[in-house]
Amino acid sequence: MYATNYHRPSSIAEAVALQSSSDEAKYVSGGMTLIPTMKQRLAAPSDLVDLRHIAELKGISVNGSRVRIGAGTTHAEVSASPELAAACPAICHLATHIGDPHVRHMGTIGGSIANNDPAADYPSAMLALGATIVTNAREIPADDFFTGLFETALEDGEIVVAVTFDAPAKAGYSKFPNPASRYAMTGVFVAKAEGGGVRVAVTGAGANGVFRHAGLEAALSADWSADAAASVTVDAGDLLSDIHGSAEYRANLVKVMAKRAAAAA
Amino acid sequence: MGVEGIGARVARKEDKRFLMGQGRYTDDMSVPGMRYAAFVRSPHAHARIRSIDTSAAGDMPGVIAVLTGKEMLDDGIGNLICGWMIHSKDGSPMKMGAWRPIAHETVRYVGDAVAVVVADSMGEARDAAEAVLVDYEVLPAVTDAVRALEAGQPQLHPEAPGNLIFDWQLGDSDATDAAIAAAAHVTEIRIVNNRLAPNPMEPRAALGIYDSAEDHYTCYTTSQNPHVARLVMSAFYNVAPENKLRVIAPDVGGGFGSKIFIYPEEIVCLWASRRAGVPVKWTSDRTEAFLTDAHGRDHVSTVKMAFDADNRITALKVDTIANFGAYMSLFSSSVPTYLYATLLSGQYAIPAIHANVRAVYTNTAAVDAYRGAGRPEATYLLERTMETAARELGVSPAELRRINFIRAFPHQTPVIMNYDAGDYEASLEAAMAAADWNGFPARKAEAASRGMKRGIGMSCYIEACGIAPSAAVGSLGAGVGLWESAEVRVNAVGTIEVLTGSHSHGQGHETTFAQLVAERFGVPIDSVSIVHGDTDKVQMGMGTYGSRSGAVGMSAIVKALDKVEAKAKKIAAHLMEADESDIVIENGALKVAGTDKSVPWFQMALAAYTAHNLPSGMEPGLKEGAFYDPSNFTFPAGCYIAEVEVDPETGKTTIVQFVAADDFGNIINPMIVEGQVHGGIAQGIGQALLEGVHYDPETGQLLTASYMDYTMPRADDLPSFKVSHQVTPCPGNPLGIKGCGEAGAIGSPPALINAITDAIGNNDLTMPATPQKVWAAALAAGN
Repeated sequence: MYATNYHRPSSIAEAVALQSSSDEAKYVSGGMTLIPTMKQRLAAPSDLVDLRHIAELKGISVNGSRVRIGAGTTHAEVSASPELAAACPAICHLATHIGDPHVRHMGTIGGSIANNDPAADYPSAMLALGATIVTNAREIPADDFFTGLFETALEDGEIVVAVTFDAPAKAGYSKFPNPASRYAMTGVFVAKAEGGGVRVAVTGAGANGVFRHAGLEAALSADWSADAAASVTVDAGDLLSDIHGSAEYRANLVKVMAKRAAAAA
Repeated sequence: MGVEGIGARVARKEDKRFLMGQGRYTDDMSVPGMRYAAFVRSPHAHARIRSIDTSAAGDMPGVIAVLTGKEMLDDGIGNLICGWMIHSKDGSPMKMGAWRPIAHETVRYVGDAVAVVVADSMGEARDAAEAVLVDYEVLPAVTDAVRALEAGQPQLHPEAPGNLIFDWQLGDSDATDAAIAAAAHVTEIRIVNNRLAPNPMEPRAALGIYDSAEDHYTCYTTSQNPHVARLVMSAFYNVAPENKLRVIAPDVGGGFGSKIFIYPEEIVCLWASRRAGVPVKWTSDRTEAFLTDAHGRDHVSTVKMAFDADNRITALKVDTIANFGAYMSLFSSSVPTYLYATLLSGQYAIPAIHANVRAVYTNTAAVDAYRGAGRPEATYLLERTMETAARELGVSPAELRRINFIRAFPHQTPVIMNYDAGDYEASLEAAMAAADWNGFPARKAEAASRGMKRGIGMSCYIEACGIAPSAAVGSLGAGVGLWESAEVRVNAVGTIEVLTGSHSHGQGHETTFAQLVAERFGVPIDSVSIVHGDTDKVQMGMGTYGSRSGAVGMSAIVKALDKVEAKAKKIAAHLMEADESDIVIENGALKVAGTDKSVPWFQMALAAYTAHNLPSGMEPGLKEGAFYDPSNFTFPAGCYIAEVEVDPETGKTTIVQFVAADDFGNIINPMIVEGQVHGGIAQGIGQALLEGVHYDPETGQLLTASYMDYTMPRADDLPSFKVSHQVTPCPGNPLGIKGCGEAGAIGSPPALINAITDAIGNNDLTMPATPQKVWAAALAAGN
């Protein structure tokens, strides 16, 4: 690891000021990606601005059907939240299967979506739930937030404050972990809104990161069932291919995970 | 058996310090003035070095020295060598290319050392290493051994035209061909044995300390055989003469073979310590380990197995291409030859065998012994072929094996080995009973009702351990003898130190070796200390690998104990005015048989050292040494049965049952033996289902350079193992021990692949059987 300067702000304003004071500063939340990357000397921020001690980023609340999860909420907190278990158990299930206990107690939802690792779990939930990403500057619909591999709509210095979404009528998440990293080789989040709209988002498989699958959405809108998901043809054309799984294999997994997610919802 | 003697499940003495984080590993060593080394490594798989500019790095903060291969050559440091001579079938010696500890002029794999920086801190050393400017002329690379033999491929070493190191054979080619021509059935199969990264928990490390006042070197290093390291560094690498070089291998956190070999880094640390005038420590990080530790396996073979009308094997013909990587590592040449082809008879009476092995250079990390070393490759090939033949012949896999088992001993195979003892049927029966083999169809049907495909597979392995009579291995090309030494020192108060040339890096020698002494003298194991791993303490030894510490290392201890016992009895007889032949040793006392006369063990020891009242002419003291050279290999054998369920939708394999029935001969500590079996099976499951080193075939970049991409077995990948032992004592050594360290890794891969191919109904499947591969194979079979 290269030498870096560590800062611990206690407010969003202080964090933004610290970040803007250097060209090479980076926010760090759980650090579950950034710190290993720095240890491998693949990232060299001059300054690290730690977001874990900012009260404004904390907390889970459910008001009526509106769910709000503070960006600084750890995966373990999401996993164990009784409010979330009542409003959207699928997101608790998702959080329970991120990484290992160490990762779940350090990593945060805000860090995960801001990093937008193409194999991370949360981006699929945000997209399928039609979530809104609340930042210190604006509100960004999930459809506009995830723009590519490790790319988001966040401007330089912008901080994710929370995510909000309406509790779905039903939702499910199923992933097939990469045998080595245990990240999602393919993860599919399916959600049916109270109004009836169905959204299906896929992580781990897309060559350009998390994406919605129109064919699966249409099939599950017509008939919410495992069989309906299984009837969909998934095109391997835009999918990732690597030593762990070909695009064809991932296309199969998209269908199988969609089936299982629908059945679990 | 006493509570702490042979056969007792004694808890490991060494575990207290390991579990409390108080082990002392090489990286824990710190000496005054110590500095840190970081290596500049080639980012290219094959390139010519046009120039190296160290000036910017040399000016960086904290930097003491920046050294290159040129300076090392100028100082007369020698090439790394392979210590086992193999001759090709045309009589020519193997073609060994030069391996410089720091590359000079050419780099041949990603990770090849190009320069070393010594600095005040690890961080400063790494910063400066990045500032060393190397101008490379990138050359085409080849990583696949089959491709490397083809015309027009990149050439690695001028000494080895066509990248061919040797083209070696064993067995009778004509007799084998004739038997195949006359066969009622011939099974043909292509077998790929996947390349593995060894991944001991502790990465390699070295600390070189040069003492200018004494002109003496000390090397702390992660070695399985510190004496061999000293010998090789002295005799071949010109680092220092043996009497001026002390090598210490303190606690070592796993080796699996990868720490047998002498690597560039320990030589560089010693040399750099003298050059820079400071002690120099280097510790590998995990990616460096993936890049530079010697890998294992990487064979591609074609096989023909011939049967007569009664399903008896009449011949076996094997053609193997073995990937050696960019350089010949210390024992690389022995692995796909005398540790591999000599085991191709397996547990079966096969009249004719012929094996041809071509060893090939490629632009990859060196390949050498890894847990099992040649024997897993032989077993996988043979047991996959047997299973395939059983399917083709319509015979049950157990029946085909039974028909062909060797049942009379000693048995001379056509490939050198003379099996001394065994009962293969006993292990097969024990395994089938433990696995409830006959209940499998019902379990398969029940799994099918859940949409799962269930399969069962077996593997009957044999291996050769305790390698071996020194004269025999010498005649086969070994550069060293393979005996072991021991010294037993009884202190004046009766406590005992056992100095051994074996080296413990996870095997539990501090416990099992002490049990041996407890059994003999009836003293508590707490009063016995095992000393190993330091060339200044133990005079000479050959180290630990090839499951040899029990069969060879303990046999040397037994020989020394015999001498101690003889002298102790003489002293006791003298003290009690009895006849020496009437003295027995029981419960820590020397007694006159049939009387109530006895002398406590400590009193006899004290008498030996006070020397006030010893038999006339006897030297004072009680200390005896012995060297033990084995009379033969030992032949552990057994039967493993795997039962799996495959999810046809995802291709994911779940191991629902794993049975191991092993014959290791006599056992000193069953708990430690079971631990060895568990660990070995875990590594075998790793090879079969999870692990595989991948290089980009065009660029030679290592794609599996971290745990993000290299799949190590984890607890949730493994079932609980059902382990049992059948015992036919080894007649070749005093304890009747065969060895247990590698069997798990040898026997398990074919059992697993046989089970998965049984489940999916497609025999065409390579290791690691990842979900993707199993899904595709099941799909191809219409399942």
